[in-house]
Amino acid sequence: MDFFDRFAVPHPSIAIYASMAAIGLTIIAVIAGLTYFKKWGYLWREWLTTVDHKRIGIMYLLSALLMLFRGGVDAIMMRAQLAVPDNTLLDAQHYNEIFTTHGIVMILFMAMPFIMFFMNFVVPLQIGARDVAFPRLNALSFWLFFMGAMLFNISFVVGGSPDAGWTSYFPLAGNEFSESVGTNYYMIAIQIAGIGTLMTGINFITTILKMRAPGMTLMKMPMFTWSALIANVIIVFAFPVLAVLLAMGTLDRQFGTHFFTMDNGGMDMLWANIFWVWGHPEVYILILPAFGIYSEIISTFARRNLYGYKSMVGSMVIISLLSFLVWAHHFFTMGQGALTNSIFSITTMAIAVPTGVKIFNWLLTLRKGKIVFTTPMLYSMHFIPLFTLGGVTGVMLAMSAADYQYHNTMFLVAHFHNVIIPGVVYAMLAGLHYYWPKMFGFMLNEKIGKRTVWLLSIGFILAFMPMYASGLDGQARRMYTYSEAAGFGLMNMISFVGAAIMAIGFVLIVYNIYFSTRYESRDISNDPWDARTLEWSTHTPVPEYNFAILPDVESNEALWDAKKNGHVLFKGDYEKIHMPNNSGIPFIMSCIFFVWGFSFIFSLWIPVIVTTLGIFGCMALRSFEQDHGRYISVKEIEETETNLRGA
Amino acid sequence: MHKKGIKVALFSVFLTIITVLSGCEPLLVLDPKGPQAERQASDILLSIGLMAIIVIVVFALLVYMLVKYRASKQKPDYEPPHIEGNLWVEVIMVGIPVLIVAFLSFVSVQSNYIVEAKPKGYEDTKPLVVYASSSNWKWHFSYPEEGIETVNYLYIPTNRALEFRLYSHGPITSFWIPQLGGQKYAMADMVTTLHLAADVPGEFMGRNANFSGKGFAENTFDVTAMSQDDFDDWVKEVKETAKPITEEKFEELLEPGHLGRQTYTGTHLEFSPPPTGHNHTEESTETHETESHTDSNTGHEGMSH
Repeated sequence: MDFFDRFAVPHPSIAIYASMAAIGLTIIAVIAGLTYFKKWGYLWREWLTTVDHKRIGIMYLLSALLMLFRGGVDAIMMRAQLAVPDNTLLDAQHYNEIFTTHGIVMILFMAMPFIMFFMNFVVPLQIGARDVAFPRLNALSFWLFFMGAMLFNISFVVGGSPDAGWTSYFPLAGNEFSESVGTNYYMIAIQIAGIGTLMTGINFITTILKMRAPGMTLMKMPMFTWSALIANVIIVFAFPVLAVLLAMGTLDRQFGTHFFTMDNGGMDMLWANIFWVWGHPEVYILILPAFGIYSEIISTFARRNLYGYKSMVGSMVIISLLSFLVWAHHFFTMGQGALTNSIFSITTMAIAVPTGVKIFNWLLTLRKGKIVFTTPMLYSMHFIPLFTLGGVTGVMLAMSAADYQYHNTMFLVAHFHNVIIPGVVYAMLAGLHYYWPKMFGFMLNEKIGKRTVWLLSIGFILAFMPMYASGLDGQARRMYTYSEAAGFGLMNMISFVGAAIMAIGFVLIVYNIYFSTRYESRDISNDPWDARTLEWSTHTPVPEYNFAILPDVESNEALWDAKKNGHVLFKGDYEKIHMPNNSGIPFIMSCIFFVWGFSFIFSLWIPVIVTTLGIFGCMALRSFEQDHGRYISVKEIEETETNLRGA
Repeated sequence: MHKKGIKVALFSVFLTIITVLSGCEPLLVLDPKGPQAERQASDILLSIGLMAIIVIVVFALLVYMLVKYRASKQKPDYEPPHIEGNLWVEVIMVGIPVLIVAFLSFVSVQSNYIVEAKPKGYEDTKPLVVYASSSNWKWHFSYPEEGIETVNYLYIPTNRALEFRLYSHGPITSFWIPQLGGQKYAMADMVTTLHLAADVPGEFMGRNANFSGKGFAENTFDVTAMSQDDFDDWVKEVKETAKPITEEKFEELLEPGHLGRQTYTGTHLEFSPPPTGHNHTEESTETHETESHTDSNTGHEGMSH
């Protein structure tokens, strides 16, 4: 029995048993459904083995939405627990697990795949390419991310969730204070997903640098592609740091090393330093592509070119450099002295300048425009004021002496939600509405969409503005409860109401998808928004090869040139197109990685050895495999094109 | 149109919320009772003021653009022009934020040196040294010069510099008395120093602000500031009535859990000295006299490094 005891959840509760049942039933339902509708073959051929960047993108999107609700449930439980003083809805242990998983799920398993979805779906289309540089690697990236996310999520029902915060500071996360396997899940699941992310970074840098359409010089790339390029460069520099950090954490927890332990020369502050050397650039990995999406949307619906293209690019490059020079602002209170704090205080505030340039450029893009309020535009117009609030509170936090008072309080929590929700989440939702017709051939309902934006913003303001006040009133973050005498009750109740309104907003998004799938018109053009960039120049739905003829580009708004200035995008005749073959190896290898990770977490060394061999076996198989891809003949292209045009 | 109305209404709603919430009672951080907290509160108010100007400018520009350039206000055949950018606009766009940031940086650097030094106005006083160490989930306050130790409550004299030496017997914690000044980490392998002072007598909330596990929410302590005479009386009383702290007793106190207030004579520093690692980072703030004090305790710590 001892062997099985380790898989038991250390602090079981009704919620955990309910989740076990729900997960079990969902798995049975999915398997039964696939079998009943005879969809196993379809699933395998069209999705599990696909190397098509558009399909991989859509799988990222599905995962991100799934995780958005997992993280959202965590959030609403936290707000409910804190809504009234001395609440007993959750106990301390359960609350600690929930805020830990909320942070990790939202950043690494929601926001990251959402960004990956946009990069996958949009970048090749926007640069006029037929796929990414390494399609099979791309599939492996996705499946590693997906397996990492699933592995992390089962921690809730097998062995126990991590409970040391998403930052997982040692020695709290070390064996001395976290005996359950929860933090092992953190180390291994994020490691597996992180390998995938790192490969994505390499893949997209190569894609963007080497596969642009003829005529598209770097300074003629659409702004989203620029933001994706810079974000991927940051990934390549930042994610190895995370990999090393997690490996050190694993060594400490499972192999008895003393990097971060309390005794034998371990340094607990070392974890915090290395964590934020990755962690702060990570913030910009999320926000830069979001800025890119806003740039596309604002320019499209202001019916104008983006103002200050060069300064937009320049500011992103400067932000990416500064992002590596500010990590110590996450712990001004560590006692590194006035000089160090002053340096990091100044570098942090400096980031406000290029960010401000971007805000003013968006405002000036609106000037002399012809502004149309679609749902994506409405998200963007809510983003500007709300994100500005979050930005200026960031400048306040950057004042290190004052930060001694903000640090670890709800003020900080309010700040980073105030940049991440209007900054990243709104961009994701705006982009979802914007690119939905290109993906699925119908629009999401505009009326429901706009109502959702308002609900989210009202909910957001109610949920997070009171936190600025309660933080200044001494409410530390991560407290599972507070006494009535503390006087935080009213503010936390308002936060809860706001969170509930936001929850309704997110449910409305799902309803909108359902409603639009059933009722929205399928009769839309290739370019329903009257947009400006290449992704709207190809057919909807996008054919497998994206462009029958590679487009010819003269500016950063190639499609707009074609529409307004008589520029000819597609010159010449059809030629046969070289495409990569599907492969099951990425999926199978990632499944092996999943078993490897699970075994590693529970220190089951024999399965670890077997699966390690399996992983190397997959790599060897790939190395010796002869696969030169396949050709789509001119005849096939002609047929496809006629069909798509005829529709 | 009504959309603009909604937007204006929305912003006034949250402005009202903030005013109402903060209006009831002064927020702790903005109700300082010592010079360090005062400096921090004034920095906070200064930055709120400056930032409010930026927010108002951005909001005003946005509303102006949205009202003036919405499609419904333009002629149907209006074609927005192609505008690349303008050098002077960009200079202003960069220049004004640079000036604001430079000014705030100046204030920030100045404040850094102020909060990391002996509190203003009390430079001439001999600081009261208190070792504040945390264990799951308690605070131990050792007064080496007075030779007493308390658990979970802190008595301090007013109008005198206070020098807290912080470290932890467990996870990283953060020592925070909002009304006296901002927080600082207490860690297992180094001692950090926090300079505070209280201007007026009173009761203040103190807590660990850094998440440290299950008992974190209740990891608080009470702070009482009193005149130097009252403080001396209290020390005398403790010395007469309290039991001495022993190594066994202290080990017992370190066990994870919560405890009420406790008082002892002697300090645990005598048999369980504070960590000595990484002291180089504190060089500018430590006085010579106190350094020699730490040195005398380094004897049996050597083996752990």
